[in-house]
Amino acid sequence: MALRSLVLAAGSAIALMAGGAWAKDSVTIAMQLEPPHLDPTSAAAQAIDSVVYSNIFEGLTRFQGDGSVVPGLAESWEISGDGTVYTFRLREGVTFHDGSSFDAEDVKFSLDRARAEDSTNAQKALFAGITAVDVVDPQTVRITLDAPNGALLFNLAWGDAVIVAPESIGSIKTNPIGTGAYKFQNWVQGDRIALTRNENYWGEPPALEKATFKFISDPTAAFAALMAEDIDAFDNFPAPENLPQFEADPRFQVLVGSTEGETILAINNKQPPFDDLRVRQAVTHAIDRQAIIDGAMFGYGTPIGSHFAPHHPAYKDLTANSAHDPEKARALLAEAGLPDGFETTLHLPPPSYARRGGEIVAAQLAAVGIKAEIINVEWAQWLETVFRGKTFGLSIVSHTEPMDIGIYARPDYYFQYDNPAFQALMTRLEASSDPASRTTLLQEAQAMIAADYVNGYLFQLAKLGVAKAGLEGLWENAPTAAIDLSALRWAE
Amino acid sequence: MLRYALKRLLSLLLSLAVASLVIFLVVEVAPGDPASFMLGVNAQADTVAALRAELGLDQGQVARYLSWVTGMLGGDFGTSYTYRTPVAEMIADRLWVSLPLAVYALALSTLIAFPAGIYAAARRGRGGDMAVMGATQLGVAVPNFWFAMMLVLIFAINLRWFGAGGFPGWEAGIGAGLHALTLPAIALALPQAAILTRVMRSALLDILGEDFMRSARAKGLSRRQALWRHGLRNALIPVLTIIGLQFSFLLAGAIIIEQVFYLPGLGRLVFQAISARDLIVVESVVMLLVFAVITVNFLVDLAYALVDPRLRSRT
Repeated sequence: MALRSLVLAAGSAIALMAGGAWAKDSVTIAMQLEPPHLDPTSAAAQAIDSVVYSNIFEGLTRFQGDGSVVPGLAESWEISGDGTVYTFRLREGVTFHDGSSFDAEDVKFSLDRARAEDSTNAQKALFAGITAVDVVDPQTVRITLDAPNGALLFNLAWGDAVIVAPESIGSIKTNPIGTGAYKFQNWVQGDRIALTRNENYWGEPPALEKATFKFISDPTAAFAALMAEDIDAFDNFPAPENLPQFEADPRFQVLVGSTEGETILAINNKQPPFDDLRVRQAVTHAIDRQAIIDGAMFGYGTPIGSHFAPHHPAYKDLTANSAHDPEKARALLAEAGLPDGFETTLHLPPPSYARRGGEIVAAQLAAVGIKAEIINVEWAQWLETVFRGKTFGLSIVSHTEPMDIGIYARPDYYFQYDNPAFQALMTRLEASSDPASRTTLLQEAQAMIAADYVNGYLFQLAKLGVAKAGLEGLWENAPTAAIDLSALRWAE
Repeated sequence: MLRYALKRLLSLLLSLAVASLVIFLVVEVAPGDPASFMLGVNAQADTVAALRAELGLDQGQVARYLSWVTGMLGGDFGTSYTYRTPVAEMIADRLWVSLPLAVYALALSTLIAFPAGIYAAARRGRGGDMAVMGATQLGVAVPNFWFAMMLVLIFAINLRWFGAGGFPGWEAGIGAGLHALTLPAIALALPQAAILTRVMRSALLDILGEDFMRSARAKGLSRRQALWRHGLRNALIPVLTIIGLQFSFLLAGAIIIEQVFYLPGLGRLVFQAISARDLIVVESVVMLLVFAVITVNFLVDLAYALVDPRLRSRT
């Protein structure tokens, strides 16, 4: 009898512990790269945004998980008839984590800092058209533009446009103080960053009290950490080959979504023989996208035919324009005076989409006579030689900035596409704020760069998230680099 | 003796000076600019220039080398380009993981190697010796990261005795810290233990053939008694040398193990700093490791001279 009650007691104790584990109000999320620091307004590192975007810092507008832009610290806005003056009405009762109140002065400070001459904002171009930021009253800010810009509200949602406070700007890199739903707690460099719930948050308070970000760069270690349940979720899991194992395991859920990353086979348009359109076209016809997606990404990824995200409403499927056709590729090369093909270089940065994809691309090019020498480079080296030096033939890169088709209007951009018609198109797009005409212009732009075979368009990078089964509210897609904690909760 | 010590000290200083120059040049020559890396592909040229000025990268290389070296002499390693925190602080933080890990691994490898080596020497040519030598052959051949992955698979994923990696920090308690370092320490220790066992065994066997061992046996000591009383002490000299070498290796060479177990140690810091072109961190950490190795060698040289008077006159 005594033994039986002991067993029962032990059983209920275990049940209680298990129950306790489910009702937990914290989460540990791992990511591959560690942020260099925590100021999203002075670096391009996506890892910074992953930690701080909308958790610690908020902008006037913000991205939601589905990519739409909604009001953030600005409650509402009015746009003048000519589209050059935006008047933002700010939310009331918003305070920074140090208790100081948020008002129009902070907005002016943040935007002026981002567009200043000595600004170190990695996306300074977002603010290029702003001629003045004026404080109308503590709750109202007026932004004046030199020309209408239909993308302003979108631009202001970027992590690079968040609102910071002048009082805490000096220590923002190591002790960020924002207005978001979570407060920065501490950072053990090389290991983790801890956040706690902001009890004075202006919006709906988040369900979880604590959130920890851990940094695990090695794919094998990432797999082990999930399997050992050391972490609750992995944002953008680095080893797609392991996903079927997580899918089969009832302890986990796999979230496959899309990112803003157009993965392209970049072509140096000014370097012979790529200055000949027929050669570029031959390159694109030599490529079998699905083989690359299957071989390098284990089937995760959506084929694209232009530099545009398939989940965007204005997307136009142009993959048929550069369908896999080795015969046609060979014919085009012969027509361009290169019947025996030619030799070039293929620079590959570290991510697996490039290194694994590059091997397949090189093999496919070899099949039509183009001999591409693979050169593996680190990111810093890639930036120096390919991006700035423009000494490359081909390269594979995923362009992860949202809505970045505008880079094709920059003739000095590393793939060196210089087409005045496209540049004029982008000027018209910037000036247009009517959704229907923007869609038309965007589709025209997609078709133009596809027809000019500027680059080989491979696939839209997938976002591969793995999480414990009970965790709800994770973003499936990545409209911007962010791990929005506000909707996270554990299922009962 | 003093002359000898001064000579060694001079060569130590010279080595450090040459090392600092080589490290600086090698790191600076590698392509890649920290400011461009930080700002990514959309940055405007004026933004990159502004950041370069902020980081002091617009100064000439000679000026930067001199300010780095003079700073180090005063204990100031400069400020990290990416983290924007003092390099000295970062290194100190990481040493609190790497140093205990190296000591832990060394202790484990010694604890395994001593008994194994003595046992093998005592049973020379017999089954026990064969078994130990076979195991060490395997230990030397198999890379430590493979051991690490096997340990994770067995003890973290299947048995759940340990976490798969990470470090809770010493503030979580010494027990928790040691617990987190156990698997990495074992993974690091096994190959080292294999090497040390072989050294221990052969050192003991060498000693067993010496004249004084025969005298000890002649005095009536059994083979085992002679081994324990006279053999072991004399065999320790080469073994300690190897342990000294292994310590510097463990401190500097744990990069892969720190990646596998995602430990915030010195190796991981170098790894991150190299990919971010955080030049000053790379230079300072490498310099520190060179300093550690050269200093250990210097001390070992001095110790040899103290033990063996022949060395003093020869150099």
